[in-house]
Amino acid sequence: MLFNNPDLWEITLLSIKVSGLATLISMLIGLPFGTLLALNKFPGRSVLLTLANTGMALPPVVVGLAVAMSLWRSGPLGGLHLIYTPAAIIIAQVIIAAPVVTGLTAAALQALDPRLRLQLLGLGASRMQMVLSIWREARLQLLAALMAGFGSVISEVGASMMVGGNIRHQTRVLTTAIVLESNKGEFTSAIGLGILLLLITFLINFALTWIQQRGANR
Amino acid sequence: MSTLVDIRALLVHRDRRPVLKIDHLAIEKGRVLTLVGPNGAGKTTLLLVLARLLKPEHGEIFFDNKPWNSIPELDYRRHIGLVMQDSLLLNCSVFENVAIGLRYRHFPKDEVTRRTDKWLERLGISRLRQRSASQLSGGEARRVALARALALQPDLLLLDEPFSALDRSSRQNLQDDLKTILAGAKITTVFSTHSETDVQRLSDRRIELDMGKLAVYD
Repeated sequence: MLFNNPDLWEITLLSIKVSGLATLISMLIGLPFGTLLALNKFPGRSVLLTLANTGMALPPVVVGLAVAMSLWRSGPLGGLHLIYTPAAIIIAQVIIAAPVVTGLTAAALQALDPRLRLQLLGLGASRMQMVLSIWREARLQLLAALMAGFGSVISEVGASMMVGGNIRHQTRVLTTAIVLESNKGEFTSAIGLGILLLLITFLINFALTWIQQRGANR
Repeated sequence: MSTLVDIRALLVHRDRRPVLKIDHLAIEKGRVLTLVGPNGAGKTTLLLVLARLLKPEHGEIFFDNKPWNSIPELDYRRHIGLVMQDSLLLNCSVFENVAIGLRYRHFPKDEVTRRTDKWLERLGISRLRQRSASQLSGGEARRVALARALALQPDLLLLDEPFSALDRSSRQNLQDDLKTILAGAKITTVFSTHSETDVQRLSDRRIELDMGKLAVYD
């Protein structure tokens, strides 16, 4: 019954696309920023680390509210006309996932022996080569950071609902569809969507874990 | 004998505290200089300064008769090979560990393989070529760390307690091999140690550091 729903594949695909892109952008922000926090000492570093760690526990609904207020027509970014679009959901999800990737990246790199950086530089590495080498060294933990970032956005509903509006054929994703079906009393359908969401999350994490463990056995 | 490194009026601070003060020290080309002294005497600090990984508060350093500051940092670091205490190998194969400094210098693939294999053989660890660094004994890891630095054919080799935590026979075997290699290649070497046996077996000249100052200068 669930799989006969013509909207199902559209919703599923949009969920993967939006959360996948948000995770990718979060990685592009979190990886360099987490590295900067882990490897350098500068005034305000502790404050930034605390902010990143606090950001790891950001309630999605609060992020959704802040992003919605910014993107509403009367808001400071209203001129961009992004409210109730997939782009708005991506923005909100990046705000949720980027601190997760940043905080876990910083923790992963801080767990390495600090003398390793000196050793690599002492073998003639440029700063960038040194960073690439320590990313490789911490690759298992960095993949775990990526998985945590993806997990935090694929499963959130508050932000997607507030900034996306759960509009059919436009911004409906799996989590908002589950809420809608539950509200309608269509529990079978809601449970089916929930199982599908779990299955997707499992498959993506399975693929990432496979890559991670392949790296571990090398 | 000509001088490779000439240090004058060197002062190094750590946490705003003077930790190393050397009025004059000349390191001659092709010779092996040992740094001895108790823990905290400044041996590792001097090695890090020589590797240009620690910036002195003030002082003049000449490398091959050129003022240090006139040589770009990365160019300078590519003249040296550093082996820190505890080996600090990367979590990959022995071959990849030894090859890494050559890869940093963008050597052609064939040259990387040729030089890496040559130094694996000279250190007697060819059989470990494909083994993961995490599966090595302490003595094997130390040999890999030495091969990694020697493969760079550095002008200045810096070794921080290269024989510490090795059993007697591994220590003696490694000393013999290193003595043969250094005598053959005429690599200017500075190494720190607590052991007078190391000094007697390997050293051309010995300096003793105490509380960050040259105490005895043979």
